[in-house]
Amino acid sequence: MKKVSIRHSISRILLFAVVLLLSFSHNAIAQEETAAKQADAEKTSEAKAEASEASSGDAAASMEGDPAKGKELFNSLCAACHKRYKRSTGPALNGVTGRHEKQWLYQWIKNSSEMIAAGDPEAVAIYEEYNQTAMTAFPQLSNADIDNILAYVEQPKPEPTTPVAQAGAQAGGGSGGGLSTEVVLAVLAFVLLLLIVVLVLVNKTLNRFAEANGIEVVKTPARKPIWKAFVENQFLVLVSSIFLLLVSAYFAYGYLMQVGVDQGYQPVQPIHFSHRIHAGDNQIECKYCHSSARVSKTSGIPSLNVCMNCHKSIGEVADASNKNTSVTEEYSKEFYDGEIAKLYDAVGWDPSTQSYNGEEKPVKWVRIHNLPDFAYFNHSQHVSVAGIACQKCHGPVEEMEVMKQFAPLTMGWCINCHRETNVKVEGNKYYEKIHEELSKKYGVEQLTAAQMGALECGKCHY
Amino acid sequence: MSSNKKYWKSVEELKNDSPIVETLQQKEFAEEIPTDEFLGNKESLESSQTSRRDFLKFVGFSTAAASLAACEGPVVKSIPYVVQPERIVPGVANYYATTIADGFDFSSVLVKTREGRPIKIENNKLGKVNSGANARVHASVLSLYDNQRVKRPMIKGESVSWEKFDREISSRLNALGGKEIVLLTQTFASPSTDKLIEEFSAKYSNVKHVVYDAVSEDAALSAFEAKYGMRALPNYDFSKAETIVSVGADFLGDWQGGGYDGGYAKGRIPKNGKMSRHIQFESNMTLSGANADKRVPVTPSKQKEILSAIYGYVVGGGSNNLSPELDDIVVKAVEQLRRARRGAVVVSGIDDVDAQLVVLAINEALSSEVMNVQDARMIRQGNADDVNQFVQRLNAGSVGAVIMAGVNPSYSLPNADQFNKGLAEVDLAVDFTMKADETATNCEFVAATPHYLESWGDVQLTKNHFSLMQPTIKPLFDTRQFQDALLKWTGNDISYYEYIKNNTKANLGIGGWNDALHDGVFVANDTNVQSTFATTANIASSARKLAQSSKSNGLELSLYTKTALGDGQQANNPWLQEMPDPITRASWDNYITVSKADAERLELMNENVANGALNGSYVNVKLGDTVVKNVPVIIQPGQAKGSVGLSLGYGRKEAIQKEMQVGVNAYPLYKGFNKVQEVSLEKAAGVHEFACVQLHNTLMGRGDVVKETTLEIFNTKDKHVWNHTPEVSLNHEATPVTSPEVDIWDEFDREIGHHFNLSIDLNACTGCGACVIACHSENNVPVVGKSEVRRSRDMHWLRVDRYYSSEETFAEDNEKKDNFSGLWGEDGSLGGFSELEEASTENVQVVFQPVMCQHCNHAPCETVCPVAATSHGRQGQNHMAYNRCVGTRYCANNCPYKVRRFNWFLYNKNDEFDYHMNNDLGRMVLNPDVTVRSRGVMEKCSMCIQMTQKAILDAKREGREVKDDEFQTACSSACSSGAIVFGDINDKESEVNELKKSDRMYHLLEHVGTKPNVFYHTKVRNTSEV
Repeated sequence: MKKVSIRHSISRILLFAVVLLLSFSHNAIAQEETAAKQADAEKTSEAKAEASEASSGDAAASMEGDPAKGKELFNSLCAACHKRYKRSTGPALNGVTGRHEKQWLYQWIKNSSEMIAAGDPEAVAIYEEYNQTAMTAFPQLSNADIDNILAYVEQPKPEPTTPVAQAGAQAGGGSGGGLSTEVVLAVLAFVLLLLIVVLVLVNKTLNRFAEANGIEVVKTPARKPIWKAFVENQFLVLVSSIFLLLVSAYFAYGYLMQVGVDQGYQPVQPIHFSHRIHAGDNQIECKYCHSSARVSKTSGIPSLNVCMNCHKSIGEVADASNKNTSVTEEYSKEFYDGEIAKLYDAVGWDPSTQSYNGEEKPVKWVRIHNLPDFAYFNHSQHVSVAGIACQKCHGPVEEMEVMKQFAPLTMGWCINCHRETNVKVEGNKYYEKIHEELSKKYGVEQLTAAQMGALECGKCHY
Repeated sequence: MSSNKKYWKSVEELKNDSPIVETLQQKEFAEEIPTDEFLGNKESLESSQTSRRDFLKFVGFSTAAASLAACEGPVVKSIPYVVQPERIVPGVANYYATTIADGFDFSSVLVKTREGRPIKIENNKLGKVNSGANARVHASVLSLYDNQRVKRPMIKGESVSWEKFDREISSRLNALGGKEIVLLTQTFASPSTDKLIEEFSAKYSNVKHVVYDAVSEDAALSAFEAKYGMRALPNYDFSKAETIVSVGADFLGDWQGGGYDGGYAKGRIPKNGKMSRHIQFESNMTLSGANADKRVPVTPSKQKEILSAIYGYVVGGGSNNLSPELDDIVVKAVEQLRRARRGAVVVSGIDDVDAQLVVLAINEALSSEVMNVQDARMIRQGNADDVNQFVQRLNAGSVGAVIMAGVNPSYSLPNADQFNKGLAEVDLAVDFTMKADETATNCEFVAATPHYLESWGDVQLTKNHFSLMQPTIKPLFDTRQFQDALLKWTGNDISYYEYIKNNTKANLGIGGWNDALHDGVFVANDTNVQSTFATTANIASSARKLAQSSKSNGLELSLYTKTALGDGQQANNPWLQEMPDPITRASWDNYITVSKADAERLELMNENVANGALNGSYVNVKLGDTVVKNVPVIIQPGQAKGSVGLSLGYGRKEAIQKEMQVGVNAYPLYKGFNKVQEVSLEKAAGVHEFACVQLHNTLMGRGDVVKETTLEIFNTKDKHVWNHTPEVSLNHEATPVTSPEVDIWDEFDREIGHHFNLSIDLNACTGCGACVIACHSENNVPVVGKSEVRRSRDMHWLRVDRYYSSEETFAEDNEKKDNFSGLWGEDGSLGGFSELEEASTENVQVVFQPVMCQHCNHAPCETVCPVAATSHGRQGQNHMAYNRCVGTRYCANNCPYKVRRFNWFLYNKNDEFDYHMNNDLGRMVLNPDVTVRSRGVMEKCSMCIQMTQKAILDAKREGREVKDDEFQTACSSACSSGAIVFGDINDKESEVNELKKSDRMYHLLEHVGTKPNVFYHTKVRNTSEV
């Protein structure tokens, strides 16, 4: 996991500056190296996946079904409850033709509850095993359709050899990069030292030659040093000291003003939750998870049961071969799957039995937006009443892999927005009367929040 | 030039060879400075590894490290639910209706919870009886988070599991061998609990249930039983009363379970020229006496005669031995009762069956519709005889097991020693308790019980009105209800919740269980007809006995319960300890109240020391062999001569934090469960330091603070006679201060949007103090402790000022002040004003005035703040930005109402102020919507801006206008008497707008021209004699 933490501190800034100075160029090289290795690894894995797809395609042709058509049907009808290689709400379907007769399957898929009612022993067994939940009946499917689906689900699982190699490569690349930086640094330092030594030696030698040859080195007559001239010119001293004072005051002010402002604060979270994947790639509405933002002063960190609404059936991310994949060069499929596993661990979900084991471990998220206690902020006022987009204050969350504080959250920033933003009064009976009277008073059509009284101290501080 | 004069500092110096003087002359410091302790010990100095240089290095390093570390923000963790309960939304409050029934206070309440924590108690407006929570009920939410609670069951002081606890108890119960099992419980008033106890009795033979009220109403219960055949108390509806005559009944206090102030206040507001007339005969100054139109201070023995005389005049027959003056008052009172017809009522607090029988008979003879004996009160069941007999049997050794619930007899029994001795002998002593209190420490088995906010229950408030108790939080500790234990021990597997549900079904109305639970209250289905009961009581003989029984020689002590602490159950509640008594305005204490005449006789004094704080003498109170030592004395204006008063509920020591172990225990004087005792006082050495929040007791004829008039003048005269607007001279013309020409400020335009006003009706305010506690709990007001209150650093945002009249009435005060002429002489103002500072010795009039920030439109505090920390809002509220305040305190100096409070110290997370804000449990009561203030900032009433903002936001979100009753403050919603009303005066239909237009409306210190947004209603007294 990458450790990202931008919190202002002199010690850290100093340390960072030194490190930056020493390692600037080499870091970049090292990263490129790793990236290149990763890309290679991924290419090979993709190739292998394609190969396996192709070979399974061949195999499927002999099973009188078209896996391509089957895939379509599977995704639209079956994927909500079934996975090919893993148990989900229903059983894993790979190998189902081995477990049951084909005729039985046709009948089961078209109307399973009938079979259960009729007391078919196999049907009843499955019904009992899966918590007495009957499978939805699909009378619309023809036998050919079912054949297609079966052909698709019976494709063998692609061998998971490549990712291991990839992970290995990544690890090797990572540590190699770190090592090489140090080595290169040492070499460079050594070279620098050599250069200096050489320079001194050359100078010495040249002097000796000059001395030996009796050439007198021409010495320029001593002029008044410039610093002395500067010191003696009182006007210059005055001007420059005023200038220096002003500059230092400017920086001191700037430094003090950012104390307690944590814009860009991007702490490492216990579970790497990617807003990019959820809000960006999958376009999940913010308020689906942060539902209390609609009604409450807090936006609310979603409880884990909200995560499980989807993650009950999404146990892993699509791998890199999928065109909709969320996997990036920086974060691999294994990494994301590992994070989902952390969620399962926290909520006490056992994916193998598809059930909760009751061992809950609440997640201790690191809070990013820390308003001081004496400032009252209400999400619902802004989100529900004013209809302000979340991004206005939180930034392009849908692009953030790691969430960070986008706005400075200072009082000046709040006030500024209240001055500029018009109150959304349309269709809100509360505002009808007051808007009419106030706009008459101020002689404007549109009222800003400030004109409505949103700059008063007591509106936010009590 | 020389002089022989000798200057001396002390007499000792005048002696020539005094060794003390000699030594002191040589030494600058009288006491040795203990430098030798560490510098003299060479060994330790040398063995020390820290040199001076090292020390400086450490200091330098830690300073640098601290300042560097301060630049980094702390990492804050947020932990959401794993599975979020459906109804809990973080940041949104949930409300649950429940009921308090702790044996002393019974009330239907609404509980505000945030993120699953109860944080505030409110009145349940759906309740028809006992729905007005008093100060103790409001404060009870803090008792939930009491650090001193018993956290799990214990046997002999060792924590055990409930399984082991049950096993031990059932084996002991079965091994009793026929000895008696006694269940000693509080009044539960719970039909389900009664049924359960019956079942328990059926399972274990020889079970006796003894109901014990610490403060008993046994006499009234017995009288009611004798007359109506049922152990209950009559229920009074004072809103129907036209004439109320109370003989020693503090019915606005805790008399017969309390909760009568709401109804009383309704009748006190003059409507169509009419209001109720209230005559009070009493010895102590009580809330009822303070609110009465006519208060007659008489000793308890005289009260009996008076009651007997009233009976004589109402029913006829019998003569009396009253003095002519008293007889005249009684005759007039009776005449007034007659005129009121069905609106007449007589009540009495005399602990005497005869007296209570006479009261019932008088009300019946008057055919009073105020008294309701059909729907009788069930909230006091304690039986004094049963308790006394139980203690006897306990000492005789015939009791095998004592199981107690909700009682603390080792503290509250007058014969506690006897009880403790007997208790030590029994085979099994079990105490169901929330605290390891006096009784629990004497019991082998201590069963930890949940607070009422964690419990289930049903309460029969009156015969037909029921109220349900439901948990509002998951139990904080490993506790179990008494009823659940009974279910276990009777071998019943269901929970008490199921048990109540089954048991209540029959009584429920159409809505069923869920509706009843939602509302918290329900009315019984079968309002079965009162069975006719042939009374055997002979009232006439009772009345005769009453007149003859009472002759007294010594001082008559009337024990009472204070508004703040009641029977003493919540003595570990800092809110209640710090709440000033409505009458004496003293906090953190109980004391004996003495009349001025008696105080002079006994050479007792009260004095104000240099910083204004009150000091008082000590007395020892003697009753037979019982002596209560070192009781502080307060000289109480209006205390009947020959009587003294002392409150119960103080002086607890067990399971009470050290700071709150205040006062003396008066229960040893409560012999025979009679509040009136004959005692003798004897002055003791020493001076007691009170923490009294009001140091000036009289009004000094300042009619612009409290305006008062009589009903007659109110009805007949013009407004400017009795509610005069002050005038100033403008161009030699008298101009009212309210007119804009005399204003030096520009008026803001407040026509648009909301404009909040708070109305306080001095007629309806009974001084109960519920608003004070409600304000505490809503606004996270800190508790500062006794010594800080003594320094006038109390933090109450809302105070209820109490003023005494200097003459017999306030009107006479005004007259006296108006008649001053010149400085000296008989009518001289110099002597006159100092006379006015003294409250009347004989009898006083009392007035209560709640004062909070007046939210002036022209606020003097705003103009003097150098950092603009306090500013005015368009909605009429005076804002206070704590983070902006630098603590100059200019604003407090410039405030004419003295309502600003300064944080002299950090009151949270500070071991010096070890109250609820200093522990994790206690902090759970804090309102998350209100900032907890830090040291060095000013604070004051915000007019509950968090509540008005919330009401506005809810309306905005739902796209509608705000309804009138949505705007509330903590005080206005807590005020069950309707004295405090809050609202938006720009809403022309609002109640507060109507009130503002009333003729009785005036502003506090109107001549100052501050234009407050809080206004008062002139007090009207019904002084009309017949």
